[in-house]
Amino acid sequence: MSFHIDATVRARNLDVSLSLGQAETVAILGPNGAGKSTLLSVAAGLVRPDAGTARLGGRVLFDLDGGSRVWTPPHLRGTALLAQEPLLFPHLSVLDNVAFGPRSAGASRAESRETARHWLAEVGAIEFAARKPGQLSGGQAQRVAVARALAASPELLLLDEPMSALDIHAAPHLRRLLKRVLSGRRALVITHDVLDALMLADRVIVMDKGRIVEEGVTREVFRRPRSQFAAGLAGVNLMVGTVTEDGLRTPATAGLPDLHVAGHLDDEAEPGGPGVAAFPPSAVSIFLDAAHGSPRNSFHVTVTELEPHGDHIRVRAGDLAADITPNASAELGLEPGSRVYFVVKATAVQVYAG
Amino acid sequence: MNFSGIPRWVYWLAVVAGLFVLLPLAAMVAKVNWAQFIPLVTSDSSLTALGLSLRTSAASTALCLVLGIPLALVLARRPFRGQRLLRAFVLLPLVLPPVVGGIALLYTFGRQGLLGKSLELAGIQIAFSTTAVVLAQTFVALPFLVVSLEGALRTAGNRYEAVAATLGARPTTVLRRVTVPMVLPGLASGTVLSFARCLGEFGATLTFAGSLQGVTRTLPLEIYLQRETDADAAVALSLVLVAVAVAVVGLSYRRPHRAEIPAEAAA
Repeated sequence: MSFHIDATVRARNLDVSLSLGQAETVAILGPNGAGKSTLLSVAAGLVRPDAGTARLGGRVLFDLDGGSRVWTPPHLRGTALLAQEPLLFPHLSVLDNVAFGPRSAGASRAESRETARHWLAEVGAIEFAARKPGQLSGGQAQRVAVARALAASPELLLLDEPMSALDIHAAPHLRRLLKRVLSGRRALVITHDVLDALMLADRVIVMDKGRIVEEGVTREVFRRPRSQFAAGLAGVNLMVGTVTEDGLRTPATAGLPDLHVAGHLDDEAEPGGPGVAAFPPSAVSIFLDAAHGSPRNSFHVTVTELEPHGDHIRVRAGDLAADITPNASAELGLEPGSRVYFVVKATAVQVYAG
Repeated sequence: MNFSGIPRWVYWLAVVAGLFVLLPLAAMVAKVNWAQFIPLVTSDSSLTALGLSLRTSAASTALCLVLGIPLALVLARRPFRGQRLLRAFVLLPLVLPPVVGGIALLYTFGRQGLLGKSLELAGIQIAFSTTAVVLAQTFVALPFLVVSLEGALRTAGNRYEAVAATLGARPTTVLRRVTVPMVLPGLASGTVLSFARCLGEFGATLTFAGSLQGVTRTLPLEIYLQRETDADAAVALSLVLVAVAVAVVGLSYRRPHRAEIPAEAAA
């Protein structure tokens, strides 16, 4: 009883393979245009892939590889989709919106409304039952949308950034609600938020350019990210290269020549194998002149951006970031285009297998 | 006053446009022989024509709905090869002189027509019957329904339908419970426009159905005929037609049940 999908959509450059356990929630992270929503649409049956297979429990969702092509239409899949916007049917009452799934499955009007009341109570929205969706706030409407999706008793719940259209007051409430209802359910959640991933998901996958670039247990991925995107979310600098005896050798990239990064080797890091070096922006100091004295790393970089970050200034130089005090920034006279040295102690750099 | 950004001379031209529509109507009303109005509009021939007009227009509008809703759905929801061409042809009756439409129908359903010959063998005669009136009206009115409904369908988008499908609703259920209710305002105004167009149909009806009292002589045909012999009757009947048209359009623009747009972004 598991979910497995293997799909190629050439027009959108998507090629992924993914499995979910019986009661597993997986968060999908990745930059815009990575193919996250397309993956959900393929699972829901709204986009037809060029090739691939998918199974949900005992049901074949599609099989486009074999001789006899199988395609199960969306309404027979048992995959409910919850989008950024609640998309409650504007002409139906809140109660009938939630009753829509059971009613479509063949339940009587009374039975489906009974089910709807149960789920509305579950999401704390029973008092809105008689209202029209137009009379709800964004947060209320999204809670009702959660109830509507659950009332359809889906075997797989697909959530496409369910919190992104909500304001900062409504989001925490919905996040707590989702944490409660997703436990013990199978779900795929697209999110841009580390907090969502940590709270809701057992596992995360990171997608980029239509491929899965990183996959693992949520805490582990953020503790030791292997993709630039996950590192960005986790708030660490990441350099990719080949593990050496005392650090990592990186190939030349856009902003930097090939380098040797001195760092602390993790147990599993094998010299000669692929690896990553990670260090937090707070461990980086900025100098105008080359600093000497080992064991330190000194990267000659061009400042690309300055932005406030808490009570610090985050100085970005391509993919690397440093957090310094506003005073230090003023003294250095930093501005985009400045040539500076990012200096980080070797002891602050973690090198692990990538 | 709020800033409108419209130059003053535009207002003057707009006033001229308004007068251009209203003045002829006023001139006609001024010409009505009120003393004779009731007898004129309740004469046998008038009532027969009005009854026929209302009955055929209702039947044609129903036919427009039965044929037009599927056509609009296909045009709006499913891109296919030749779709633009099909849309162009569907819209053709909008710009075609109705007489030409009538001739085309005659060569399709007439005794010597494309389908007419076979229908004749089966014992069915369409030309110069009440059925012909309905066909002529449907032919000219169908584009009004299709255009309004297709626009409404495109504006509504298919995201709600996608959600409904993932909730387990069969395509027919989605159509009945989501698609149609969501485009109801567009469907209603399309229906009203079609009905009004049916009511006013003249050229195609005359060409394809003729002008037989009680069978094919609808109100516009009756007015045209009366104009030759009894101008007062023609004016009185015209006023009746204007009144019916105003009532129909007025009903459609009231729209008491506008679909509420959910406050998606609001807190």
